Amino acid sequence: MMASWTWLTNPPAPYRGAFVVRVLLKAALLFVLANVLFALADPLPLLGRLSVYHTFVPPRVRLPYGENPQESYNLSLTSLDAMLASHAVSAPKPSNEFRVLLLGDSSTWGFLLRPENTVAAYLNADELRAPDGRRVRVYNLGYPEMSLMKDLLLLDAAMRFQPDLIVWVFTMESFARDNQLEPLVVRDNPARARELIETYEIVLDTSDLPDATLWERTLIGRRRELADWLRLQLYGFTWAATGIDQQYPASFELRASDFEDDATWHTFDSPQTLTRDALAFDVLAAGVERAGDVPVILVNEPMFISGGRNSDVRYNFFYPRWAYDQYRTLLSELAAERGWRLIDLWDQIAPDEFTDSPVHLTPDGSRQLADRIALSIVGE
Amino acid sequence: MTLAHIAAFSIGALVYVTVVPARWRGWTVLLLSVFAVFWLQPLSTVRNLDFMLPVGALGLTVAAWWLTRPPDTAVSRDDRITLGVVIAVVLGLALLRDVRPEFRPTPSRPPDPLVVALGLALVGAVALAVWKALRLARWRGLLASGIALIVVIFVLLKTEPLTIATSAWFRLQAGQDTALAAAADFQWLGFSYIAFRLIHTLRDRQTGRLPALSLREFASYTVFFPALTAGPIDRAERFVKDYRALPEHTAQVAPRFVVGGGRIVVGLVKKFVIADSLALLSLNAANALEANSTLGLWLLLYGFAFRLYFDFSGYTDIAIGIGILYGVDLPENFDRPYARQNLTAFWQSWHITLSQWVRFYVFSPLSRALLQRKPKPSPLLVVVAAQLVTMLVIGLWHGVTWNFALWGLWHGVGLFAHKLWSDSTRAWYQALQQHPLRRRAWTVIGVLLTFHFVALGWVWFALPDWETARLTFARLFGAGW
Repeated sequence: MMASWTWLTNPPAPYRGAFVVRVLLKAALLFVLANVLFALADPLPLLGRLSVYHTFVPPRVRLPYGENPQESYNLSLTSLDAMLASHAVSAPKPSNEFRVLLLGDSSTWGFLLRPENTVAAYLNADELRAPDGRRVRVYNLGYPEMSLMKDLLLLDAAMRFQPDLIVWVFTMESFARDNQLEPLVVRDNPARARELIETYEIVLDTSDLPDATLWERTLIGRRRELADWLRLQLYGFTWAATGIDQQYPASFELRASDFEDDATWHTFDSPQTLTRDALAFDVLAAGVERAGDVPVILVNEPMFISGGRNSDVRYNFFYPRWAYDQYRTLLSELAAERGWRLIDLWDQIAPDEFTDSPVHLTPDGSRQLADRIALSIVGE
Repeated sequence: MTLAHIAAFSIGALVYVTVVPARWRGWTVLLLSVFAVFWLQPLSTVRNLDFMLPVGALGLTVAAWWLTRPPDTAVSRDDRITLGVVIAVVLGLALLRDVRPEFRPTPSRPPDPLVVALGLALVGAVALAVWKALRLARWRGLLASGIALIVVIFVLLKTEPLTIATSAWFRLQAGQDTALAAAADFQWLGFSYIAFRLIHTLRDRQTGRLPALSLREFASYTVFFPALTAGPIDRAERFVKDYRALPEHTAQVAPRFVVGGGRIVVGLVKKFVIADSLALLSLNAANALEANSTLGLWLLLYGFAFRLYFDFSGYTDIAIGIGILYGVDLPENFDRPYARQNLTAFWQSWHITLSQWVRFYVFSPLSRALLQRKPKPSPLLVVVAAQLVTMLVIGLWHGVTWNFALWGLWHGVGLFAHKLWSDSTRAWYQALQQHPLRRRAWTVIGVLLTFHFVALGWVWFALPDWETARLTFARLFGAGW
């Protein structure tokens, strides 16, 4: 064997059976100890804040999310700390910056859009100035899940980055109660989600958010999170080299414009009167409250309005007309009642500007939406 | 080899040293190796091909043994039993046809055992008839034909259009759609290594260097399971020394488990932790075109260079480690190649067994043949021709494509340039030894230059076509954006 292996092949004393047994026993003991210590110390949040982004590679301009990491150089993970540590928003805030957080779903995140074609990117390209002269810098905190609870969790985590304004873009789908605790990012952060639910008296069942068991908190139990954290750092280099953070298919299936005669929406089998409690307005209110003194602009995002078969029953794949119309009414009434700043852009983008879903926009559609939002930001 | 394979072989080694009687160890290694040919074979979409290819590997092994055995020796009882064992394993695996997939060691459902038995009998009868017809032929001619046959199969497997055509032919025989034929159908586990081992034995038999080997020794050498997927390419005469000494290793269990286990653990970390992590940021056909800066491209290229090293040397460590557990000390294949000061030293420490193989069977014979020509060519011409051809063979061993050929030539030219440089600077280099600081600085420069020359060569290796490689090469130097 070569000289480089002498550490293994030329021991100070010959290897004997007892030595092998001792090594194996010690290794097993150390392994168990490491697992127990890891479970007790729970170092993942601390680890999450360690990041190659900002130091070795440029930060990401949207949150990590990827269904096909090998082609998107991006991946979905659920550590809020790691997600935010990789994002541009975690950079120290310059004194001349008017910091805007843009919350939302996949439309805001920019599904099928290049980083430079997202709403946040267009807003930044506009080089807006706040009334006090500070440069407006918009941070894309959209995440491709439709749940206000997910937005609230992100808003809560991002408040430490000292925003001056929050723009919260959503659609009715994010208000479905059964959607609220579904996203993995919510389920994998149960303690914080429960705390928010309890603090703001949100009507969601916290028993759906059990804490991890001791076994699940060990190194073995957390191996997925650890691997995801490592992969996020490694993909940072590919992101830096290519500027790609999403898989762009050569073609995609266009959002449907013909529908069955189907008026159902989530748990609602037939048209009926919707009450405020039926939708997650309490989560929206919690978000506004969590923002505290930071102003919040609420944006009901534009959606594809079909003119195809049964379009008198459904606006699009997501919504029957009866439900969506009531949602808009309830939303505008509540906003007026609470003094919230609401911009309802539901029908403001032409149908041709939607891609594979009723809310995903083309670059032009994204540009138009950014123009609408820009007016409100400047107004603030 | 997956983690499951490595774990099974490692745990199997415990049984091997504790339960298997010392005199049965050679047989156990043979059995495991024959079994592993099927177990490690990747799945093929062509019906039964993933069963036929391992059978083909074993068939070629038996045929090569037959050709390489001394003609005047009788077939021994040991040889007959070995042949029986090999046939029994093949038939035994075919009998598992109706076993549930999760308990089947073959990648897909094996063919009908009756068909396998009839097929083996037919092939045996044809081989015997051919043998009887050819037994008066010149032995050296038969050996040369054997080498030619292996080279032809090798070229078929390594040339994509030919592989697709072969796959289409097999699809046609299996009644499958020939339009779906793809090169990936024809992944013959370890054939690159098996072929070079067989060529080595056939050629050494031609030159009288090969010792007499029993079928058991020959088959165990050719398809030795740890070295099946990624080498190293051992030499038969070295392997049989260990193989024949297997019964004597009883007293060395603890050292073998520490050293073998240590190598496996190091290999696992290299392959499954470091290499698999680097894979996320290493150059490939897609990201080469997606890179948006020269710096980014260099980053991807470094990623590829280190990933390849850790991947391949990790697999080698695992193979060597498993070999040690079973009592066979496979040769080393890597010796810190990226820390070498010049390209010649790099090739003495990168894929060492392949380099040695081509030196034995390509470079040396070719150099000798050229030097014997009349009029005698200049030594420099001989060196450049032999080096270019040798490196071209190494390139084409990875696949018959323009890019692999260019990669080989890149290194051939580099080796020749280094020879010219070292010949012309010998006196200066000797003087440099008197100045430790300057010598150290020169060592660092040499390592950096060699590494970057090798890394740039990987552009041809990593990318599938000339145009992408050319563009990437230009972009690495700031052009072509």
